Amino acid sequence: MTKQEPNGAVNSGAAIAVEPAVTNLPGQRLVLGETDPLQLASGQMLGPFTVAYQTYGTLNADKSNAILVCHALTGDQYVAETHPVTGKDGWWGSIVGAGRTIDTDTYFVICINVLGGCMGTAGPKDIDPRTGSPFGLNFPVITIADMVAAQKRVIEHLGITKLFAVIGGSMGAMQALEWASRFPEMVFCAIPIAGAARHSAQNIAFHEVGRQAIMADPNWCGGAYYGRDVDPERGLAVARMAAHITYLSDSALHRKFGRNLQDRPEITFGFDADFQIESYLRHQGRSFVERFDANSYLYITRAMDYFDLAAEHDGQLPAAFEGSPVRFCLVSFTSDWLFPTSESRQIVHALNAVAASVSFVEIETDSGHDAFLLEEPEFFRILSGFLRGAADQYAQSAIGTSA
Amino acid sequence: MNRQESTGTARIRVDQKLIADMVTPGSRLLDVGCGDGVLLDLLVRERQVDGRGIELSQEGVNTCVARGLAVVQGDAETDLHNYPDDAFDFALLSQTLPAIFDVKGVLRELLRIGRCAVVSFPNFGYWRVRTDLLFRGRSPVSDNLPNAWYESPNIRFFTLTDFMDLLAELDLTAQQIITIDRRGRARSQNEIGHWTNLLTEQAIFLIGRS
Repeated sequence: MTKQEPNGAVNSGAAIAVEPAVTNLPGQRLVLGETDPLQLASGQMLGPFTVAYQTYGTLNADKSNAILVCHALTGDQYVAETHPVTGKDGWWGSIVGAGRTIDTDTYFVICINVLGGCMGTAGPKDIDPRTGSPFGLNFPVITIADMVAAQKRVIEHLGITKLFAVIGGSMGAMQALEWASRFPEMVFCAIPIAGAARHSAQNIAFHEVGRQAIMADPNWCGGAYYGRDVDPERGLAVARMAAHITYLSDSALHRKFGRNLQDRPEITFGFDADFQIESYLRHQGRSFVERFDANSYLYITRAMDYFDLAAEHDGQLPAAFEGSPVRFCLVSFTSDWLFPTSESRQIVHALNAVAASVSFVEIETDSGHDAFLLEEPEFFRILSGFLRGAADQYAQSAIGTSA
Repeated sequence: MNRQESTGTARIRVDQKLIADMVTPGSRLLDVGCGDGVLLDLLVRERQVDGRGIELSQEGVNTCVARGLAVVQGDAETDLHNYPDDAFDFALLSQTLPAIFDVKGVLRELLRIGRCAVVSFPNFGYWRVRTDLLFRGRSPVSDNLPNAWYESPNIRFFTLTDFMDLLAELDLTAQQIITIDRRGRARSQNEIGHWTNLLTEQAIFLIGRS
């Protein structure tokens, strides 16, 4: 029942227009592909479509202080401000802000909701003008490369010819790598954190569990649940619960929860959330569905699954970076088993093979994959050192080219 | 902009200064076993090299990257093969050779990825090392060899003459040899005689391909 008709057949080559369904969220909007539709990796054309983004700080006169922050699977463009839906702090408020590691007094920070997302950028809950109804699964399947291609148009729209840095964790790291590989002349330095050059079989497997949980929810209705009274909330919550385990480490779970019981003196011989960890996961699932669209979850996880930078270069990862002028800084975390250090190291080896400029650090932490979102002083120290060094080099290279 | 802050406190040793003089300004350089990056930072700042580093200890790597240097965590013995031929003008091995297991293999790799290699090391033929062993009956501990035998990373104990022999065996030529005595006085040498071996505390070799 989940099998969809290829959109291309329906569209017979015409560009797919997307009418935004979400219009009440704050922030900047840009309509792209009105005259020049975006060619997607699937072969379909997209346009016009809307992209939602946020900026922090001020773009300087020569437009040389722009940093693109790429968000992860369930992140969004609200990097460093109160989230308009949840009311919580921005997901990277600890790093991005005035006086912070990515100092918005110095840098102009841009974060763009990814294609397929649900916070204002074109995604499956938007309206298909051909039918007047939400796309659901008729939205074209998108890839990391498609996300980056859309971002490039936003950057060009802002008049920026070269980004000082592209930085992101997890799926954001994939985008940073894609940026550096596809548009090296537009990127001075790339900082992929807790990332990989391809999604591993294990990670695809976890994503598939999440997708099947959503699709198994009777309220999912083949993706056409919009406008009904019920959403596939339970399926999406289960997907989030399963995924959340992969973001943490065994030792962090033990440190935080152990086998502690939730508001009860002893086990109940039932299936209530007896353990704190169960209660915690249920809470994670519940709060996630308030801000995320189930179909977006399907599309974005799929984009990550399809990511394989080497495959675009006949299986040779070094070829993705041949002659790259980009300065790379890779960061991994010791307890991250979702995007383990070995994945980052593989990228480092590929970069060494083409003698690219690369820094690589592994940070000692028990926080698992989520470490890139948390207060990790060593990570902050290294990131700010790298940015400072890169800024010096960038200033020198600017003097070099103008002289 | 905050470079002073990152390097101001670090003391530049005489051997590091001499290596900096040996390196062509603006060249591409790989510092193998770059430690906390003091030398690499000096080379980047004062010789404007396009410098990279590889360092075994995570602590050293983190310090280097926080200094703004392009350094990766890696092992000289296993990770040099990732680099392409002629990737660098200089491959640098500063004070790291005594800690290398596969000495020949690493020297070959240095001269594959670098057009020339700069290798510096402490001389175990230095008279004080010899007298420590002869009269005190103990493994030497000095400013230059600060670690006790049980915690030293050094696994190879070789003299200047030993190293000359190895170069000959590998059919490699020393383009330049600088010896440094206890008082930090440097001398350029054409060959290593008995007295030079006895009086040299450490040495720096610029090695070309045969």
